[in-house]
Amino acid sequence: MKALLFNRNFAIGLLLTAVFVAGALISFVWTPYDTSGVDIANKLKKPLSDGYLLGTDHFGRDILSMIMVGARTSIAVAFVAVGIGIVIGVPLGLAAAASKGSLMDEIIMRSNDLVFAFPSLVIAILITAIFGPSALNAIIAIGIFNVPVFARLTRGAALSLWQRDYILSARVAGKGPARISFEHILPNVTNLLIVQGTIQFSLGILAEAGLSYVGLGAQPPIPSWGRMLAESQTMISFAPHMALLPGLAIVFTVLGLNLMGDGLRDVFDPRIRREKR
Amino acid sequence: MLRYILSRLQSLVLSLIVASIVIFATVEVVPGDPASFMLGMNAQADTIAALREQLGLDVPVWQRYLHWATGLLGGDFGTSYTYRTPISEMIAERLWISLPLAIYALTLSTLIAFPAGILAATRRGSATDVGVMGLTQLGVAIPNFWFAMLMVLVFAINLRWFSAGGFPGWDNPLLAIKALTLPAIALALPQASILARVMRSALLDTLSEDYVRTARAKGLTRRQTLWRHALRNALIPVLTIIGLQFSFLMAGAIIIENVFFLPGLGRLVFQAISQRDLIVVESVVMLLVFAVILVNFAVDIAYAIVDPRLRGTR
Repeated sequence: MKALLFNRNFAIGLLLTAVFVAGALISFVWTPYDTSGVDIANKLKKPLSDGYLLGTDHFGRDILSMIMVGARTSIAVAFVAVGIGIVIGVPLGLAAAASKGSLMDEIIMRSNDLVFAFPSLVIAILITAIFGPSALNAIIAIGIFNVPVFARLTRGAALSLWQRDYILSARVAGKGPARISFEHILPNVTNLLIVQGTIQFSLGILAEAGLSYVGLGAQPPIPSWGRMLAESQTMISFAPHMALLPGLAIVFTVLGLNLMGDGLRDVFDPRIRREKR
Repeated sequence: MLRYILSRLQSLVLSLIVASIVIFATVEVVPGDPASFMLGMNAQADTIAALREQLGLDVPVWQRYLHWATGLLGGDFGTSYTYRTPISEMIAERLWISLPLAIYALTLSTLIAFPAGILAATRRGSATDVGVMGLTQLGVAIPNFWFAMLMVLVFAINLRWFSAGGFPGWDNPLLAIKALTLPAIALALPQASILARVMRSALLDTLSEDYVRTARAKGLTRRQTLWRHALRNALIPVLTIIGLQFSFLMAGAIIIENVFFLPGLGRLVFQAISQRDLIVVESVVMLLVFAVILVNFAVDIAYAIVDPRLRGTR
């Protein structure tokens, strides 16, 4: 843990991520202004004017408050989507590794290949378009693509672990493949899963923003960064702050998560640490 | 080699069959009947039935699948429910924008990533390296549609160098390429960042190989070693990523086409979705997936040609 905090990438990343997570959490109890109402008298205020730190949008809603509430949507969608990927993908990967070369392994890996063949956003667009646009369908669409990512990663790492002597001793001791997978393999792939999890988290935030931007993500009145950008597009020439600020929120959150991922990988993987990259 | 190609070809065909079934099944579960959607709320039951028959919706699902799939084989994508025109024509028209856009973006991203990656790897640890890596970190964090909006603000609205959107057609190729430039840059940015990172780390790996030291020891200059030995061997992981990126480019283009109002495949899909023109959605998505599977197949074969060791595995 100490090594982690001394890692520059991780520390910067953690700070950036913490700011947005904190913003999202605070927004549950307090936001500078109410985001549900319309206040036309105060529309399109520039940042740092009349008590609006980041200005207001075309309905007079405070942009800082909108970004805070929007962070909730982004983080929730990406978080649950990563959760889906781990909960389904990891057991599949463990099962595939435990039964290497069997029909089950083949089927799992083939269906993974197939999901990879669909560009992730195309899956997302297909699902949200068919079942209707909503935050829930965005989660499912992004989550499905996370499944093969985690399944492949887990299988690859587990395969090399199965060759180890301590696994052999566990087998000699009479443990079955399922028990070995969960008691001995899983704890040893957790580090990898955490690193991949942060990366998928940041990809999820980008995907959610893209989906909301084209109107297939969270629906009004739930604020989301992608839709704020979509709404700002026609006003970009006279209210550029409306387009700039939610975009910066996305960039900083994604950057923070990626830096955290890099830092975690450096610290978890001694091979890279020794080389100092 | 032939056996390897045949086995890859076999799995290619299998993936295509499964993909087509998945796409067809997903779209078929959509609530809402296209015929009643087209005729509106007040349509008579027998009018709807007649239209269903005309659109071929009255036959069982599996028959419709077979009809669609065998049509695809012959290049017949079916007929649009809304426009009553052959989908292959609609696709061909849109492909003239989407395909050049994807190629343009891929070219740009390669042209940016190769020098950047090589520069960073050969001057590892220097300010150049740190700068390039910092920029790539930023490049993957920026949503490309947001970057596109900012470019519109700067280059179209303020500087007036480019138009903010739309497509003038290929009558004047220069104008057409100009209209695709901002979208292509927006698409290329994240891809170039990823590619530059892969290029750098692949090159760092090969530069520490024994054969590079041998090459230097026998008197080759740094530059000669880099071009003749290190770079060639670093290309394998780079090729994989370029293959994978193709799928991201196709998907990214869907959103970017919406930013710039380009009448490409992406906009076609969106229109078709809102008009419940399911057969168009099925066919376009199938085409995108087909393109991705085909590109990955080509990359696999390219590997086997470059590196005989890879022919045995899988």
